[in-house]
Amino acid sequence: MSDFPRWKYALVALVMLFGIIYALPNAFIPLPAVQVTANRDAAPIDQSTQQKVAAALTAQHIAAGEVKVQGDHLLATFTNSDVQKSGADAIKAALGDGYTVAFKLQSTVPGWLSAIGARSMPLGLDLQGGVHFLMQVDENDVIDKQENSYADDIRGLLRDKNIRYESVARNPVRGQGIAVILRSADDRAKASDDIANEYTDLLVADGPSTGDRFVLNATVKPEKLRELSLNTIKQNLATLRNRINALGVSEPLIQQQGDSRIVVELAGVQDPAEAKKLIGATATLQYRAGIGYAGDQAAQDAARTGSIPPDANLYYMRGSHLPVLVSKQIIVTGNELVDAVSGTDTQSGTPMVSVTLNATGAKKMGDFTNANIQKPMAVVYVERVTETKMVDGKEVRTPKITESVINDATIQSAFSRQFQTTGLGSQKEASDLALLLKGGALAAPVDIVEERVIGASLGQDNIDQGFKAVLLGLALVLLAAAIYYKLFGLVADIALFFNLVILVAVMSLIGVTLTMPGVAGIVLTLGMAIDANVLICERVREELRNGSTPHAAIRAGYEKAWSTILDANVTHLIAALALTTMGTGAIKGFGVTLMIGILTSLFTSVTLTHAFTALIHGHRKLKTLSV
Amino acid sequence: MEIFNHDSNIPFLGMRKYSIAIALALMIASIALIATKGLNYGLDFTGGVSMVVDYDQSVQIADVRDALAKGGLDHAVVQTLGGTREVSIRMQPKDDPGAVQTDGKVNLDRIAADVTRMLQASRPDAKLKSRDYVGSEVGAELRSDGTVAAVFVILGIMAYLWIRFERRFAIAAVATEIHDVLVTLGILALVQREFDMTVLASVLAVIGYSINDKVVVFDRIRELFRLARKAEPEEILNRSINNTLSRTIITSLFTAITMGALYFFGGPAVHGFAVTMLIGILVGTLSSIFVASPILLWLGVSKKDLMPVTKENPELARRP
Repeated sequence: MSDFPRWKYALVALVMLFGIIYALPNAFIPLPAVQVTANRDAAPIDQSTQQKVAAALTAQHIAAGEVKVQGDHLLATFTNSDVQKSGADAIKAALGDGYTVAFKLQSTVPGWLSAIGARSMPLGLDLQGGVHFLMQVDENDVIDKQENSYADDIRGLLRDKNIRYESVARNPVRGQGIAVILRSADDRAKASDDIANEYTDLLVADGPSTGDRFVLNATVKPEKLRELSLNTIKQNLATLRNRINALGVSEPLIQQQGDSRIVVELAGVQDPAEAKKLIGATATLQYRAGIGYAGDQAAQDAARTGSIPPDANLYYMRGSHLPVLVSKQIIVTGNELVDAVSGTDTQSGTPMVSVTLNATGAKKMGDFTNANIQKPMAVVYVERVTETKMVDGKEVRTPKITESVINDATIQSAFSRQFQTTGLGSQKEASDLALLLKGGALAAPVDIVEERVIGASLGQDNIDQGFKAVLLGLALVLLAAAIYYKLFGLVADIALFFNLVILVAVMSLIGVTLTMPGVAGIVLTLGMAIDANVLICERVREELRNGSTPHAAIRAGYEKAWSTILDANVTHLIAALALTTMGTGAIKGFGVTLMIGILTSLFTSVTLTHAFTALIHGHRKLKTLSV
Repeated sequence: MEIFNHDSNIPFLGMRKYSIAIALALMIASIALIATKGLNYGLDFTGGVSMVVDYDQSVQIADVRDALAKGGLDHAVVQTLGGTREVSIRMQPKDDPGAVQTDGKVNLDRIAADVTRMLQASRPDAKLKSRDYVGSEVGAELRSDGTVAAVFVILGIMAYLWIRFERRFAIAAVATEIHDVLVTLGILALVQREFDMTVLASVLAVIGYSINDKVVVFDRIRELFRLARKAEPEEILNRSINNTLSRTIITSLFTAITMGALYFFGGPAVHGFAVTMLIGILVGTLSSIFVASPILLWLGVSKKDLMPVTKENPELARRP
């Protein structure tokens, strides 16, 4: 007399199967591996690279599991991290500077599992070691730059329109806008219209006027500032990604957090100094008058002999490393660059980058290009890394400046505010150039407001201990439940075990990063999931005591316990939800784990145990229940 | 197997004067402790300093700790950074009082110099490689985020109970909840355990755990009120507590077992979490039995408050 519908059995069986399959990838321990990628100017990875690497490893008697080419990179796996380290050193020595050699954990999940989207949970930094930075964009600087730039623009505009003004200056309080002081009410009305028409991102309002001082206030619209701040974050994210790729970290996490912060997590990196140097690097760019073109005779000669014309600098092209002579005359700098967007040239159909300058930059650019049509112009990218050293207990900062030319082109016609750089090799080259240009105009500096370093050994310890705690907690509860509730306890045990399996499966599928607080959340979920079974078992016992037949006791037990279980879990879910709203990663991970755990435990503790109970007791005449 | 006599009828409500008095005393003591001793906020909340020290020859972590302790920095956290020659030292600026300027700003140079001096006293080959300051604003934000989250939890639970049960249940649950959080924090302040991010998560989880416990008792109260012909509130409440007593204690034990496993085997990263949870489980269980129902009685819960809902809501009427 089973009252458990057949479709629910099917559902339970399906969910159990789903849990097993999608939790399975976590059982495959990833192998330490070394990933080799070719830099832009190096020969691409192919069979010969593979042979070279294999030969280098054999020569040094380093046992590699597998050396294979995968798309544009080469992968060598090793049995443990010590061998991985010496393997990486050997590969670096064999291939030279043209290749980036990065540590990686290579998944060993079989192909059929990956094919259905099953994957293992990514491990947090506290479980695998690495560095964590939290960086904040200086928003004041964003406002400063904008207001200064608009003040310049307004001066230029008023001059162009022949409106006489007494002064154009920023208000003393940051964010309060720009005060324009004019000589007459007419001028003010005219200026107000012109500014509002020309710069749609400005709010223009009349200020208090005294005597012959007519004040006009122009403030940057708040939504524009917000947009700028978000853009700054995006630019910073892009520049950071570029720079960090050079570090050779296989899977860096570079993520926006909130409106003004960036999280950078580099797994496996143990020395944050190098990473910090890159992150702290500031880049500027300069549009300079060119002297020749990349790789021309004069530049080659200068590079060979070392005799460089006095008014020129010898730089190398980024990427091709061809020498190029560039004049010392700077036309405009990155500060005057407003925007750079990659796209396709409508006339020639080739990739191009469209650059917008501000008013002062536009004027200088206009003057220069007018006089220099058909002459070369180069973009010099200046990266400045500050190294801090302690000398005799004192801090000594030495800036290290690297300069390279990222683009040289011929001036086809006179231009000022907006112009295109065309004839770029590929769309990727265009977007890279746009990114570099914007990176060079990096709108605001970022400060590191938090930094954490987690040693690799600490990560391994955490994994071992976390694993032990989960298994031991599970085993103890399983044992206690079986002793206290006998057969019903055993059914609850099956449910608890599957709760762990399904929880892991869901976390893996969603891609929740496993951290130590997450492990604590799993253990807590296991402890609390059994609560629903305790409620059911206590109810069944009560019903039996009140004289119900075993089957009626089971039915009443589940029915009556359900409302309590629901209320208890919904309130618990509210608490877990609040945890996930916390901005901080660690607490969020814990909250997400708890939330998934509550939901999975609702299913396993109630539906799954009910199915098993019905299966065991369903078709038999019962005198007693083992509860 | 049964540990508890299912016929037990312990007069928990009869002790309500004492239990509420004790709960109030504990709350006041906790507030006093938090106000005077304060929570021992960890690096996550206060911000702090982190340094990397390089040695020419390999060094034992214990020796570094000793060297720092000799100089008065016994709270510094020392870790290896891969290899045996590099250690990271994390500490609170307040551990080095000389480095905190009168305006509250931290003089990082001074801390760095102090630490170098202490380390070089025993090992002249110690060299400070880098030093970092973790911004306190991040910590301050975490604290306010935590407070917001706690308030959100309490209000959310209150709203849910108000809708599902009745106003008095919502108030009683939240009042007990505040008691649980305060007493848990009070105990943390008393033993001066470091209050870091995982402990904050744990305190918020305690709210979830403890409300779970109360709701089970409340559910039984509602059920008994609806079933009873003659509903003497005190008797109904007392019977509800006794009926659910076995469940309350068994669930607490089971959860405590897992947290014990986490404490003993989970390693230092989750120590604080497990301890806080264990304290919370104890406090929450006791308050479910001794505090929540007396408040409910005091608020004047009665049979008729719970009946009309069933008439208006056919879905609820099907339920016991």
